[in-house]
Amino acid sequence: MSEFTNNTVNSVKKPVEETPSGFSFDNIHRNAMIEQMSKQQAASGSNSSYLPQATKTGTTIVGLVYKDGVVLGADTRATGGTEVADKNCEKIHYLAPNIYCCGAGTAADTEKTTELISSQLDLLRMNTEGSQSRVVTACTMLKRMLFRYQGHVSAALVLGGVDVDGPHVYQIYPHGSTAKLSYTTMGSGSLAAMSVFESGYVDGMTEEEGIELVKRAILAGVFNDLGSGSNVDVCVIRNDGTTKMDRGAVQPNDVTPLRNAINRSDKLNMRSGTTAVLKSSFKPHSVGGVTLADVTVTDMET
Amino acid sequence: MSLSLSAGGSVRAASANSNASQRTRQPIVTGTSVLAIKYNGGVMMTADTLCSYGSMAKYKDARRLQSINPKTLIGGGGEYSDFQAVTELLKRNALEDKCTADSLYDEDASEECAREVWNYLRAVMYNRRNKMNPLWNDLVVAGFSAQGDSFLGFVDKIGTTYEDNYIATGFGSYLAMPILREKYREGMTEGEARALLEDCMKVLFYRDCRALNRIQIAKVTKDEGVLISDPYELETDWSSAAFITPKATLDGDGGW
Repeated sequence: MSEFTNNTVNSVKKPVEETPSGFSFDNIHRNAMIEQMSKQQAASGSNSSYLPQATKTGTTIVGLVYKDGVVLGADTRATGGTEVADKNCEKIHYLAPNIYCCGAGTAADTEKTTELISSQLDLLRMNTEGSQSRVVTACTMLKRMLFRYQGHVSAALVLGGVDVDGPHVYQIYPHGSTAKLSYTTMGSGSLAAMSVFESGYVDGMTEEEGIELVKRAILAGVFNDLGSGSNVDVCVIRNDGTTKMDRGAVQPNDVTPLRNAINRSDKLNMRSGTTAVLKSSFKPHSVGGVTLADVTVTDMET
Repeated sequence: MSLSLSAGGSVRAASANSNASQRTRQPIVTGTSVLAIKYNGGVMMTADTLCSYGSMAKYKDARRLQSINPKTLIGGGGEYSDFQAVTELLKRNALEDKCTADSLYDEDASEECAREVWNYLRAVMYNRRNKMNPLWNDLVVAGFSAQGDSFLGFVDKIGTTYEDNYIATGFGSYLAMPILREKYREGMTEGEARALLEDCMKVLFYRDCRALNRIQIAKVTKDEGVLISDPYELETDWSSAAFITPKATLDGDGGW
């Protein structure tokens, strides 16, 4: 028998984007142990919690369809428990040139899930002769993954984009259910934002009207929900294929003018020359005797 | 067993056989949000006429806005029987005031103003809470104070009180309060105030599962006292294209 077996026959080349099938429960045992240890910690009366709480995005995210496309909006506060972890995080994620996705829930989950699906869409475009991705494709990929994880991937998403079939907005829940709507809000500030949408939304708005309504809805979340705050990000995706990502479209919580208005002592801002120079001398710093001139270069042994 | 409202039930069981707890643990028949707003003529309040039995829309003509005396209007969400008990208590007090007034010819002197009713309710609610047997309500008190300026206050089932130019209870605090905060101005006209409240009630009907589009609006003014409207239906709009065009067609993506 030949010593050189033909390995390629047995090792079938796997398709590049193979998604694992079935449910993955690898971390359940680990999670149960962490919960148990955390309870023991709490019972023993120590003040610090065992785990840092997952950074959630609290959040107000919205999406709506207008006459010539979709407008997505999000606030920029990320919370870890009751503390603000990031004052200006980015919640509108890129999926494809014509598709963007807002994410609420656990920040890492929304970030990585959208990155994963963005890469899958990219590969699909490469495999299908570069035709434009459809929003429903992204929706299906996202919901299949989220359902597989039975809600443990805590990502609540507002998916919006424009494709050959027109503008679309979907909402996707952590357990994998989806709904296709003309306007939607998600996150802890969703009720505040939805109240603005329900009073103000009409079919076939212009771009200015759509953007204005989205800004008002996010501001309602920023000011009425404690899990949302800081700035408003807006993303417009038009039917003609152009997009406009407006990061910090509204910044109602900017503290710079307040900081600048503080009267600090003049002693902190002295101009040079305030103190008279009597004498100056310069002595170069020597490094214990060894300089570059002392180094001899020898070739390496090959 | 004492029948008074503030007694809150006896500490020991009523009889040797009944071991049943006498404390309210959960509301059974409930009303949802109450909204109220100050305007240039006084105070306006609104609530729908639904009392739910869990998820059933059982009583569609419940009156959740009540007049106590010509100066005071109260609205209540939460357990309807507790609201009825509170209303009865306040009306009984008002009647006693009237009958035992120093001078029967001086009608104004004996009436409790809205602020007094609000403070009294705080005492009642907090007292019941301390006995771990609350009156399970969110109450909104509207009217005029003794000095003659308009008053609007809130009391909840644990005795928290709050006074402001606009109040929203229950689901209204999530859905209506953002709108009220954005649109409220000092000295609105009656028409503006009513339009604002009706817009909020519409949003609540769309998004609160326990709301109804049949509402009552009430106002308290200095000259006319308390006026509560008859119930009427709000018009709601279901004509959005997304609702009309069917999604589950072969051409489209099925809406999923």
